[in-house]
Amino acid sequence: MTAATAGTGRLIRFILRRDRVRLPVWILAIGFTVLGSVSSFAATYPTQADRQARAAVLDSGIARLFVGPGYGSDRYTFGAMTANELLPSAAIAVALMSVFLLVRHTRTEEESGRAELVRATVVGRHAPLAAALIVVAAAHVVLFAILALGLPAALEGLSPAGSIAFAAALLGVGLVFEGVAALIAQLTVGARSALGISAVVVGVTYLIRAFGDMTDTFLPWLSPFGWATEMRAYVDERWWPLGVSIAATAVLIAATVAINRRRDVGAGIIADRPGAAEAAPRLRTPAALARRLQRASFLAWLIPVFLLGLLYGSIAQDAASFYEDVDALKDYVARVGAAAPIEQFLALSTFIAALVAVGFAIQSALRLRTEESEHRAEPVLATPVGRSPWMWSHLTIALVGSVAMLVASGLGFGLATAIATGDADALPRLVAASLAYTPALWVFVGVVAALFGAIPRFAGLAWAALGAIVFVGFLGPLLQLPDWMFQVSPLEHVPRMPVADFDVLPELVLTAIAAGLLAIGVVTFRRRDLVG
Amino acid sequence: MADAIRTSGLEKRFGVTRAVDGLDLAVAEGEVHGFLGPNGAGKTTTLRLMLGMLHPDGGEATLLGGDPWRDTVELHSRLAYVPGDVSLWPNLTGGEAIDVLTRLRGGTDPGRRAELLERFDLDPTKKARTYSKGNRQKVALVAGLASDVELYMLDEPTSGLDPLMEAVFKECVTELRERGRTVLLSSHILAEVEALCDRVSIIRQGRLVESGSLADLRHLTRTTIVAETARPATTVATLPGIHAFQTEDGRVRFDVDAEHLDAVVRSLGELGVRSLESHPPTLEQLFLRFYGVEEGERAEGPAAP
Repeated sequence: MTAATAGTGRLIRFILRRDRVRLPVWILAIGFTVLGSVSSFAATYPTQADRQARAAVLDSGIARLFVGPGYGSDRYTFGAMTANELLPSAAIAVALMSVFLLVRHTRTEEESGRAELVRATVVGRHAPLAAALIVVAAAHVVLFAILALGLPAALEGLSPAGSIAFAAALLGVGLVFEGVAALIAQLTVGARSALGISAVVVGVTYLIRAFGDMTDTFLPWLSPFGWATEMRAYVDERWWPLGVSIAATAVLIAATVAINRRRDVGAGIIADRPGAAEAAPRLRTPAALARRLQRASFLAWLIPVFLLGLLYGSIAQDAASFYEDVDALKDYVARVGAAAPIEQFLALSTFIAALVAVGFAIQSALRLRTEESEHRAEPVLATPVGRSPWMWSHLTIALVGSVAMLVASGLGFGLATAIATGDADALPRLVAASLAYTPALWVFVGVVAALFGAIPRFAGLAWAALGAIVFVGFLGPLLQLPDWMFQVSPLEHVPRMPVADFDVLPELVLTAIAAGLLAIGVVTFRRRDLVG
Repeated sequence: MADAIRTSGLEKRFGVTRAVDGLDLAVAEGEVHGFLGPNGAGKTTTLRLMLGMLHPDGGEATLLGGDPWRDTVELHSRLAYVPGDVSLWPNLTGGEAIDVLTRLRGGTDPGRRAELLERFDLDPTKKARTYSKGNRQKVALVAGLASDVELYMLDEPTSGLDPLMEAVFKECVTELRERGRTVLLSSHILAEVEALCDRVSIIRQGRLVESGSLADLRHLTRTTIVAETARPATTVATLPGIHAFQTEDGRVRFDVDAEHLDAVVRSLGELGVRSLESHPPTLEQLFLRFYGVEEGERAEGPAAP
């Protein structure tokens, strides 16, 4: 071992010790999601006709953004389905795993000053980088093994060779983005910038692949995601694209090492851009501060929610045709009541988009707790800003933002449906259907507010509540759970438009419950100590 | 003069821990008051009680004539607070954070803001996440000092600052005193307290141990005396109030309690003094005595009178 990499072994053990939970969670979450999805295929699409119908649905419009190039669509086997529908999203997950883990063990360590502490011991210049690269690469190899062995076992009909190609395609993506993240982490001073730029690279290269496949051009070859899908797992395996991934990884790591050799510890190549020396004139009230603090995360929710609506709308027409034949969805249909298949699809999709919007509502309201526990609430509350106005400044964003999320998903959904079906009425109907969930979302904001006021250290339990509702909502019918477990969820009481008619009574009751919970939250917060 | 801050029997418990345990504190208007105590003595808890962040479990507190818990908002328009451990919004710049906090407090004179940025040598265009501890502290100091208020509550405000910046801070506090403002300064820097404070209060385990001017406090402790006398001074060792008596090269060296100083010096005089050195207690000794951490002190029982 040369001096530059001295101590790598010890640092590897140290990383494994620090991430003894995090690494298995990443690997198992991705591995089991893929294996679980694959094993559900058999029940969902039992016949070749089901699968061909599915292939036809996915061959249209925006749906193609979310699937692969569609190799084997003419004879859509389980293998072709696995590669087409699971590989692209699994590849994004794998890429993000590389980015998060690698930045965490390189730039985050440097920014916090901990790297300096480590480097001051008998540890070579490249050792922390080498240790991070080796650990993350090893994690991808473990995932490779799980998938290569697990896929044939998870579903009959998945060939060993195809499974190895599928797993190798993900390994390739993982390695390339390891190189990407390692290089970017050399450039920026802040870990957040490194994460942000890397995530943009993940997103842009993914879109290049998707648009390339939609337009049948050479573009996918410019993207690591294209190198993965072009391995044509389960259809017509080709191994040489993996070579492209490995070569790209080697180039990226060589560049990283070249920069790391000359760079000061803690320094970057791109200087942090200076920001505003003075706050904007409007930034003078607690509400303006809360808006500023939540702006980025608001947009980060709004845009995907709108895109989700567009996606659902673009496949609505085709989805409806096979929707009525799918057993797994029949239980859900039975709960909603009989109606035209397309109406049912619209109601279900609106429900799912509302469920996503609940995520925003909870996260936005929980900002209160973050500000408090990070001690940023204290300096604000030490100014003449009362407890209630401060609390409402964030709750207002959660409440109004919930409405914005529902409008965005309804708009996306309605626009795409109107274009696809030529029925202009779809737009107002679907926006209204989406907005019907407003009081239910407010109840979630109220739950967070009440938890924050009464038992602040457990405010995060609101996420567990959402988790339970998702679990009951999707698996409840299969598990034959008792009816009251469904009734607990505020979302269950919202009229399922456009299948059901609007009903004002449940909306009023939900609004009243939300108001009661918000009041409890504000009153209890005013009476309690600030806690860290 | 009226009191800016007055507490009597103030109590705050966290579970079984009594963070503030019957505290009687008085800070007069217009004075710079040092607030001292070892780590965990309850200084920050006291400040947070005075800010209405915590609800007291017992006792009374008056802040600028109001109740810190009930009249929070009205009182906060008349005070500025600089926390000891400054946490800023990572994606706002230092300048933005300063503006937000001062505007929430009712705005500031742009000239004063610019002057403080200049004096503290702070770059306001950097994102808060890139600031060092010292720079975060400067942001909080500029935001606090830029406001023209009656009372400044500063919780270890110079932690992380370099000596140059500490000097700037001292100037700023001196200016506040000249303008008749009240300052409550929780601090560990002895030189700073000695240079700035009119009076100090020392707390330990949530209780007031001593309060008064530094001169008053000096009286409460021992003076070190080194003397060379014509006749052997061993008899002095038996006098009341003498501690740590030792003989070296015909000289004696001992500590004497303030109330016995007079008698001891007179009896030394009768022995024929050839040389005499007397050292007033240093602030360190004062601290160690009141903090109760000095070795010999423990054996002799509680330090507080």
